[in-house]
Amino acid sequence: MSSAVRVSVDEPGAVGAPGAGGAVASGGRDSSVDSGIRAVARIRAEVDARGVSRLPVLEGEGPLAVRRVRSSGQEARVALVGAMSAPLGGDRLTVEATAGVGARLDIGSSAATIALPGQSERPARYDVRLSVAEDAELRWLPEQLISAYGSSLRMTTRAELAPGARLLLREEQVLGRAGEEPGALTSRLTVRCDGRTLLDQELSCGPGAPGGWDGPAALAGHRALGQLVVVHPELAHSPAEPRMLGEHAALTPLAGPGLLVTAVAADALLLRRVLDEAVRLVAW
Amino acid sequence: MSRATLLVLADGRFPAGGHAHSGGAEAAVAAGRIKDAAGLEAFCRGRLHTSGLVAAALAATAALGVDPLLLDDAADARTPSAALRTVARKLGRQMMRAARSTWPSPELDALAAVRPKGAHQPVVLGLAARSAGLGPEDAAHVAVYEAVSGPATAVVRLLSLDPFDATRVLARLAPELDRVAADAVAAARRVPDHGVDALPAASAPLLDIGAEAHAGWAVRLFAS
Repeated sequence: MSSAVRVSVDEPGAVGAPGAGGAVASGGRDSSVDSGIRAVARIRAEVDARGVSRLPVLEGEGPLAVRRVRSSGQEARVALVGAMSAPLGGDRLTVEATAGVGARLDIGSSAATIALPGQSERPARYDVRLSVAEDAELRWLPEQLISAYGSSLRMTTRAELAPGARLLLREEQVLGRAGEEPGALTSRLTVRCDGRTLLDQELSCGPGAPGGWDGPAALAGHRALGQLVVVHPELAHSPAEPRMLGEHAALTPLAGPGLLVTAVAADALLLRRVLDEAVRLVAW
Repeated sequence: MSRATLLVLADGRFPAGGHAHSGGAEAAVAAGRIKDAAGLEAFCRGRLHTSGLVAAALAATAALGVDPLLLDDAADARTPSAALRTVARKLGRQMMRAARSTWPSPELDALAAVRPKGAHQPVVLGLAARSAGLGPEDAAHVAVYEAVSGPATAVVRLLSLDPFDATRVLARLAPELDRVAADAVAAARRVPDHGVDALPAASAPLLDIGAEAHAGWAVRLFAS
């Protein structure tokens, strides 16, 4: 990552074309311009006449490169590939993913996303907008978000589901790289289903977060936390049974056609172990 | 507003059932996360800035006269733990009984009619404040105080903590309670223009996880 040269996308040639192997244009960030990078990735899956999900839209730029991944089934698979270090302070990244009516879309990422300090004093923003149409299915299973020391990131993930849509969503936040204090991180997760908000929760941690974020009510020294959300129409009729998944993770039905697993763990590896078990339990 | 009316509503002896709940403190004590007054203070501070802020904003918005059913849905979305939703509705029902008897109003009657099993407690609290002639600032203050006074009282019993120590924790938190209540009211005032998405959604993972664990216990001192 250190070899990647960061440039503002406002500069000519800075937009990395999809399929460009993560290469970015040469040139440096002008330190007098405190703009940060703006980049948008767009993914859209639609089902064809044979029931196979295709990707009529697959666009990335700058640090947000997207790759088609070979699929063994009828779903479309995409990997977000980190093309350079991002987000840094002042950057503004957006991922927009849509599964059209009846489509099946599976999105992962090739590596963890690391929020790092930048030249800008402003926090970075990372906004994920997911849209799942009727009878469509979206699996959003990216790798961890790591909040490095000195970084400041405001992340929002918003999923909008039509009636009958299915969602499997995992988010993991890791506070600091190994043995490091965390950066400032605020992450809001909102899931809307058929026009109603099914889940709305925000977590703030690190320097500048409201008091008590690391205390016995919130994280109590744990450095990795995660959420797994499942939305499925069947859960409206037969809600999930609440259960503990070990001492520091709980599965609970939401007030609607969904469930949530909340977990905290000492580190990313232990967290993933719990969430992998949860996926096996709850994925359709 | 009447300051004395506010004291009646905020009094721990107001018969709304809150004394039976530890606000997650019993689970935190059992897990060894609260061991002393310092642990209690850190717990209360975390609860204040998360579920306390959310409850205060809901209560303040209800006190402003925003549709309580919209707020009840917003409370559901902000309470992912099924155990905590059950507790919130049970407490809401008890608060409703006490409030309708104390400060009867058509608005309380209307909410009781459509939510016979109870609306979320902060929503009922806000509507009770409104029926008592109190404002959003008052409702928010009652909510933030409840967010910390419940655990403080519970921990005195659970750990045989010196009550003076527990009260000192509350006194030290007082300026922060005022700030969070002010933030809650500011958020509430945005709701008429921006909808309930303007309400805070701050969450505390171990409160949610601990509540689910606690609900499965066979024997416990507190209901939550």
